[in-house]
Amino acid sequence: MFKIVTKRQLNEAVTLMEVEAPYIATKAKAGQFIIFRIDEYGERIPLTIADTDPQRGTVTIIFQAVGTSTKALATMNEGDFIQDFVGPLGNATEIDGYKNVCVVGGGVGCAIAYPSAKALHNAGAHVDMIAGFRNKDIVILEDEMRAVSDNLYVTTDDGSYGEKGFVTNKLQSLIDAGNKYDLVIAIGPIPMMKFLAEVTRPYGIKTLVSLNPIMIDGTGMCGGCRVTVGGTIRFACVDGPDFDGHEVDFDELMRRNSYYKAQERESASHECRMLAAGDAAKEEQKNG
Amino acid sequence: MANLSLTKVPMPEQDPNVRNRNFDEVALGYTEEMAKEEATRCLNCKNRPCVSGCPVNVRIPDFIAQVAQGNFEEAYKIITSTNCLPAVCGRVCTQETQCESKCVRGAKGESVGIGRLERFVADYHMAHVSDPVPAIEKNGHRVAVIGSGPSGLTCAGDLARLGYEVTIFEAFHKAGGVLVYGIPEFRLPKAIVQKEVDRLEALGVEVRTNFVIGKTLTVDEIFAEGYEAIFIGSGAGLPSFMGIEGESLIGVYSANEYLTRVNLMKAYSDKYDTPIRKSRAVAVVGGGNVAMDAARTAKRLGAEKVYIVYRRSEEEMPARAEEVHHAKEEGIEFMCLNNPTRILGTENGEVRAIEVLSMELGEPDASGRRKPIAIAGSEHEIEVDTVIMSIGTSPNPLIRSTTEGLDATSRGCLVADENMATTRPGVYAGGDAVTGAATVILAMGAGKTAAASIDKYIKEKG
Repeated sequence: MFKIVTKRQLNEAVTLMEVEAPYIATKAKAGQFIIFRIDEYGERIPLTIADTDPQRGTVTIIFQAVGTSTKALATMNEGDFIQDFVGPLGNATEIDGYKNVCVVGGGVGCAIAYPSAKALHNAGAHVDMIAGFRNKDIVILEDEMRAVSDNLYVTTDDGSYGEKGFVTNKLQSLIDAGNKYDLVIAIGPIPMMKFLAEVTRPYGIKTLVSLNPIMIDGTGMCGGCRVTVGGTIRFACVDGPDFDGHEVDFDELMRRNSYYKAQERESASHECRMLAAGDAAKEEQKNG
Repeated sequence: MANLSLTKVPMPEQDPNVRNRNFDEVALGYTEEMAKEEATRCLNCKNRPCVSGCPVNVRIPDFIAQVAQGNFEEAYKIITSTNCLPAVCGRVCTQETQCESKCVRGAKGESVGIGRLERFVADYHMAHVSDPVPAIEKNGHRVAVIGSGPSGLTCAGDLARLGYEVTIFEAFHKAGGVLVYGIPEFRLPKAIVQKEVDRLEALGVEVRTNFVIGKTLTVDEIFAEGYEAIFIGSGAGLPSFMGIEGESLIGVYSANEYLTRVNLMKAYSDKYDTPIRKSRAVAVVGGGNVAMDAARTAKRLGAEKVYIVYRRSEEEMPARAEEVHHAKEEGIEFMCLNNPTRILGTENGEVRAIEVLSMELGEPDASGRRKPIAIAGSEHEIEVDTVIMSIGTSPNPLIRSTTEGLDATSRGCLVADENMATTRPGVYAGGDAVTGAATVILAMGAGKTAAASIDKYIKEKG
């Protein structure tokens, strides 16, 4: 069992938690992930590690409540215990030897981009960071990102904060302005990573993306997290989660991530029907 | 006077058309009377060929003699003196190629039902006797076991009985390895695996789940924590795919993923959050025991049509005859001599069919089996919405890539000698991590050998 020692709401849908997991806190490097299982009945869900505190033995996770398990996790509080928490899984982000890097985060992806920016910054690289959000209300981690970058550019789709526009436009303008990046790291929604890789492709700038496919064990056993990279099947858990953005088949990844969408909808409507049935029964009792 | 019946006392089973709708155990087990009757078929021969066929050297005629006399608990003591997982072995061991293949009675008629008797004895014990906590004097030496599958559990059990303080490191949230994530509930109830794990814990074995060796801790860090020897039983590894078009479509699973979702993550139960595809027609590609498990699981989850697609003929199938028989009884259709060429999808990226090429058998190949040869122009489609690839595994790199001095073969399997010693002093390995995908009993045999080698190594080290 793993204790939640801190819980902070970063915006309406995004939660930060520090979890007591001393072994993982000691070993984790930027880019690696954990898998949690909320209780005996829960799924195994991968989340990228946002930060660690080896002294306190804590691992920071930042997540958006989107599926059954993340929604349930978001309702847990400081002092509660998560049943299972395993890691650090996957390979660390490759940061050695890069001098001038642009790290791009989109939405909650900023939580994953942040540790990479921090690692590069601590290794002495020049780090520009672009953080894109839909609007002002959902901006997260601004102070943290500013602290580990030489320049932080915040963009919002509607212009309600920072610069108006998409991260792709911002990166293009930075390249146009003469910035010579030897590495771009892009972490966010799949379409964002796909289009960002297209921005850098003509310039031949190495572009790493961090992928988040569906997985179970996270150690190479199930093969559920397979992605096509450069025409060959790779497992995100043992070969990734970082891959060359110019080689990834993003369309396939997007499709595979919707594997259970139909069923989730069905289970949601099932719930609704159950509620409706319950309401009808109550109604009957009243009338009966 | 020996019972001269040429056939085994039949095993009571759930009706095929009932059981293919539930996950309860297929084989129901002998009654006391059935067990005693079957036991009297044993001739108790002097040279005991059956024992030589058992990788963990169960004293078979001795325990069977006790069963015949109704001394079931005595029989249990004899079995568990060399085999720490009898309820598991009695169910999933390939007795027909091990002990039973050597049985004298098999020369004319069926061999003695050794596996069925072992299962009966183990179940009788679980139902009637509560294990006293054994008094074992600890010897003060610590050993780490990586992986809690059949080889790891066996190695840990043997070492604990010798007085070692044993810690098992398991990557998953539950102990049991392939016994819990791979083999289905209807062949091996998980409550039985849990009881065997509980018994090990009662012996003083510590199980630490959520530990991925190579990630959470490395082999060197385990030594640094004060463990004097390590056994690696990390299992078979990464599932293989065919490399054909369409394997990333929605509806294509590896057998590992499909079975893990259902067995470990209990997707068949509404209580669990685990999603699984609701399939109407399923093609399982492969002819091994895992393919049979996947096919029978798909049927139980409600698929109307389930096909085994295998490129050789049924004769060459590596699956146990019993599993093939059970699968057929449950309505699985066998499409042998068909080799998949591609998987076809709908515009939404979901599986709609698998295209196969008909094959015929040629001359024997390196495996000694007749080689399948494609019949040109024979491509045809089988309409399915789910494809489960069950064509083997390749070794997991997590441990070998993080451990200095641990040699692997060109295929990536760990190198271990006949004593299960690896190329790194103090590190032993066994089971699928060494052999590639094989059987539960071979893994248990390796765990047993490794435990003896570790005991010798630590004693000689002084």
